Amino acid sequence: MAENVRPRVRVPATVAAGETITIKTLISHNMESGQRKDGDGNVIPRSIINRFTCDFNGQNVIDVTLEPAISRNPFFEFQATISESGTFQFTWYDDDGSVYEEQKEIAVE
Amino acid sequence: MNLTRRDTLLMAIGGAVVAALPMPVFAAATEDQIAEFTGGVEPGTGGITLTAPEIAENGNTVPIEVDAPGAVSIIILAAGNPNPGVATFNFGPLAGSHVASTRIRLAGTQDVVAVAKMADGSFVQASQEVKVTIGGCGG
Repeated sequence: MAENVRPRVRVPATVAAGETITIKTLISHNMESGQRKDGDGNVIPRSIINRFTCDFNGQNVIDVTLEPAISRNPFFEFQATISESGTFQFTWYDDDGSVYEEQKEIAVE
Repeated sequence: MNLTRRDTLLMAIGGAVVAALPMPVFAAATEDQIAEFTGGVEPGTGGITLTAPEIAENGNTVPIEVDAPGAVSIIILAAGNPNPGVATFNFGPLAGSHVASTRIRLAGTQDVVAVAKMADGSFVQASQEVKVTIGGCGG
């Protein structure tokens, strides 16, 4: 079920040192809850992203555990404090073992 | 099998009891999850803000936001869903503020509960009722 999974992340390109920025992430994923049934009455098995993490230069910003009650195409908005230029590493972990990754550079002015 | 009037009545009562069960069961599951998260400590109030719409037309995507300054982690629970767990946010050392928003599924009108674990080990809780016009559990 893990086709067409595409992460999208919005991070400002530059930031003043010590400033707090808002990060928005969205990943296209069905997030099949395991509650729905198909036309023949069979339960469609659960298939969701169960964990999302965001790290900056190896330090953790946020670590989210997802349950089936998270909507399709999981969206997260959160904040990070940046004191140096570096790279954001976003990682999504799928139930089927797949790992989706995205990186964003940010420069301190 | 011959059904007497008494048998029929008993079965009807049994059916009614079963039908009335789910809500308390869901509530108990939510209590259990809170207890598991807090380790049995009764959460206080204040210091946490849960923002959710009063009325959600579509239970498939209900935007929520939690804000708990000084929190280490926040757990979101939906008391009326088949499984109350929604998400757990763990904030790392670089988290700019302890705010997070996402979109969740709600099966019907119910209370959404947020419990935050503070840096000093205490717990605070907030909840808000969300009225859902169309449930988000598929089926």
